[in-house]
Amino acid sequence: MIIPILILVPFLASLFVPFLYTYVRSKKIGWMVLPVPLILFVILSFQIPSLASGENLFHTIRWLNAADIHFTTHLDGLSMILGLLITGMGTLVVMYSIYYLSEREALGRFYMYLLLFMGSMLGVVFSDNVLVLYVFWELTSVSSFLLIAFWHQRKNSRAGAKKAMLITVTGGIGMLVGFLMLHQMTGTYSIQEMIGMAGTLPTYDLFIPAMLLILLGAFTKSAQFPFHIWLPDAMEAPTPVSAYLHSATMVKAGIYLVARFIPVFGESELWFYSVTFVGLLTLLWGSFNAVRQNDLKALLAYSTISQLGLIMSLLGIGSAAMLDIPGADKTIYTAAAFAGLFHLINHSTFKGALFMIIGIVDHELGTRDIRKLGGLAVFMPITFTIALAGSFSMAGLPPFNGFLSKELFLEASLAVQHLALPGVHIWIPIVAWVASVLTFVYCMIIVFQTFFGRQQQQPAWVDRGAHDPRPGMLVAPSILGVMIVGLFFFPNVLGKWILKPAMAAVYPSFGNPESLVPHIAAWHGLNPALWMTIGIILIGTILYIFLRQWRRIYTIAPFSWKIDNIYALLLIQLEGNSYHLTNKYMTGHLHRYFTYILLFFIAMMGTALSFVWRLAFNFSEDSVVTVNEYILVMVMMSAAVAILFVNSRLIAILLNGVLGFTVAFLFVVLRAPDLALTQIVVETVTTVLFLLTFRFMPDWKKERPRRPVKVLNAFIAVASGLIVIITALMVQGNRLFDPISKYFEDAKTLTGGGNIVNAILGDFRAFDTMLEIVVLLIGGLGVYVLIKLKDKKDGDGNENQ
Amino acid sequence: MKINDVILRTVTKIVVFIILTFGVELFISGHNDPGGGFSGGLVLASALLLLYMTYDIETVHKGIPFDFKKIAGLGVFLAVASSAVPMLFSNQFLNQAKGEFALPVFGATELSMVLLFEAGVALTVVGVVVTILLTISEDVS
Repeated sequence: MIIPILILVPFLASLFVPFLYTYVRSKKIGWMVLPVPLILFVILSFQIPSLASGENLFHTIRWLNAADIHFTTHLDGLSMILGLLITGMGTLVVMYSIYYLSEREALGRFYMYLLLFMGSMLGVVFSDNVLVLYVFWELTSVSSFLLIAFWHQRKNSRAGAKKAMLITVTGGIGMLVGFLMLHQMTGTYSIQEMIGMAGTLPTYDLFIPAMLLILLGAFTKSAQFPFHIWLPDAMEAPTPVSAYLHSATMVKAGIYLVARFIPVFGESELWFYSVTFVGLLTLLWGSFNAVRQNDLKALLAYSTISQLGLIMSLLGIGSAAMLDIPGADKTIYTAAAFAGLFHLINHSTFKGALFMIIGIVDHELGTRDIRKLGGLAVFMPITFTIALAGSFSMAGLPPFNGFLSKELFLEASLAVQHLALPGVHIWIPIVAWVASVLTFVYCMIIVFQTFFGRQQQQPAWVDRGAHDPRPGMLVAPSILGVMIVGLFFFPNVLGKWILKPAMAAVYPSFGNPESLVPHIAAWHGLNPALWMTIGIILIGTILYIFLRQWRRIYTIAPFSWKIDNIYALLLIQLEGNSYHLTNKYMTGHLHRYFTYILLFFIAMMGTALSFVWRLAFNFSEDSVVTVNEYILVMVMMSAAVAILFVNSRLIAILLNGVLGFTVAFLFVVLRAPDLALTQIVVETVTTVLFLLTFRFMPDWKKERPRRPVKVLNAFIAVASGLIVIITALMVQGNRLFDPISKYFEDAKTLTGGGNIVNAILGDFRAFDTMLEIVVLLIGGLGVYVLIKLKDKKDGDGNENQ
Repeated sequence: MKINDVILRTVTKIVVFIILTFGVELFISGHNDPGGGFSGGLVLASALLLLYMTYDIETVHKGIPFDFKKIAGLGVFLAVASSAVPMLFSNQFLNQAKGEFALPVFGATELSMVLLFEAGVALTVVGVVVTILLTISEDVS
């Protein structure tokens, strides 16, 4: 029961924050939010020992039995890693935001979105039911959208938010289809049950499509090539958001998904190829592009892309352990997955710290452009120290945690080239090595171009009062800095308590998880991986020194290409074409719209009727039509026909009213008082509406349409009428199923309500009613928004900064 | 030109209360007899509309200072929230509970969760109908 509550708490808290903010309109609101992630983190930490001893927490809240959708939560080693990252990084980011954001910002909104994200992300990693997981998945996209567009007065923020939303949601929908295909094959929505049936899956035709679609979801979310383009633009968000969503947690959701589905899809070679190759390509392209950035935050964005690619490729190599290859030593490949999970944690620590440092530099000096920065080490010693630890860890240097996982990565890339599969050669370690060299170069750029050199700029910094920020702002990055060093010296603590249960979750069929956890050692002899690292440092240093000379290759053809342009082109085309298409049929003539609606109705119902065509109308069960009913129907018909021939709008409205009230009478005669009542009140309200707008309507003119239009109109009118009559008669005369009215007759005992109509509305079909009033509300608000806000369109000057 | 509408004003003052009472009656009797949240809400809304038509929007707003958009929102919230309550007691969504209660004035009365649900429906209908009519009337005037 503890896990569903964990997911629920941030959502509840995010509901309360705006109310709280109306009373506490200051930075203090952050201190009130802070306990939420902190307490969740502590609660989760208490579960670590039981998980390490091999237990899993499984809990189901029954929800929709008919659809087999239940709120099932599953806490195992894998979701534990992500859960700890979400709550732990959440705590640090909230603490950092308290000092980073000024009191003028809409802090209530900020923390509301942040908590919304936290809850959704916890939902993603703890959900076992794929449909519930999908909903949380999209909620993270929505909250990410809201957070990127937090400064919505900026044009770039809005564009970045839109881009992130479009790309991740497209992938999300693909993933949903993949989930539905998996359900088609396995008959279950539970991931754990799917894993249990993994062996039988490859025989299905839908296996490959399902796999590719789920990968599409994972790749878009984790910014893998070529979907990475949304991540640099997402950097328009406030820096705490970038540190939290776009480096430490949300972009790891795709990686989580891949790790989660390794037991399901890992036996397929295509899975190994897609994940490994896309990961490697992303790693290379990301690190290559990071070097050319001038904005520190953009540099970190590309470096995040590259590091995500690294983790992805490690998981891909790890999935090779599931392949059925004779004579292969599986522990080499499981070690790769282990390295992936290890690097997942390491990346969050050093990248989170770096983002926070960049935020501090930006906050204190008002720029993040490396061409303007330099020589800051003297002024900001603490900031510099943390930046040094973070960058060197990312570059893979000792004594920082990145060194350990980078060594494991290089070993894995060396190991996989011997895999007896086509297309797997020496080039894998080469790509890994080249990307690592580039990574080394941009890490040096961060440290040296920001904090060293350019002595001539130092007086300017003195004037502007450059110094370390207030201690509060340094707390969060310092904690991460300590972890960067701490994990280097005690990696096996992490391995034993956190990574071992996670490995058991990734390889459930491998039995004993002890054998899956290699001992991590900083010194492991002069093996090839260490030589590769030495090469990286040597070549990287040379490249960094001669950076100015070779940087101009970024203007040469294949290197200057941007996937962004394809996106922009697609979007412009899409907008233009939709605009033209819409303008063609939305002419503003009511007559045209009625034509569309009724023609569609005729086409739909006509086709349906032609399939179930039964002329055997059966009138035997119909009751006798009384005189009263004849009279009423005659009145209705004459009123309807008369409307066509009157010359004044007032009379037409009155006749329409006659029609409506006669229908109400007919309901009375047919003993349907509820319907009659509603019909009368609706007629009354409609009349009021007419009264309001009557004066402002244009003159009543007879239209004189051309003959073909007249014929078409006549056809539409007659055909729609006929279809309604035929449908009604057919429904009445043919019983395909047992009537369910017997069931409703027991309303008194089943629901306690004597009125069957209301028993249906409020109990039997209450779900329909609930959604109908939601639709009603949306309709009402739509009218309000359309009418009230139409004048304010060009009033706001600062909308497009 | 100022229209003399003394009769309308006088009649409205009395009739509105009759209509409002009727609306509430419809709402409550809906459990066993014709009525219910939807028609009850519509009747309540029509009473309000009569007020708005007889007097002007500002005058009515002084007496009934509600934002009807919020009332509609409250209605939806009430309906959805009351539907979710059974989940807290390990029942399914929308499982409408009922029970007999001995109330001071009414004696033994049957109360049901559906009352809250229907109240949500009624509030939504009132809120939306009044919002739409007011918005349109403010636009054309």
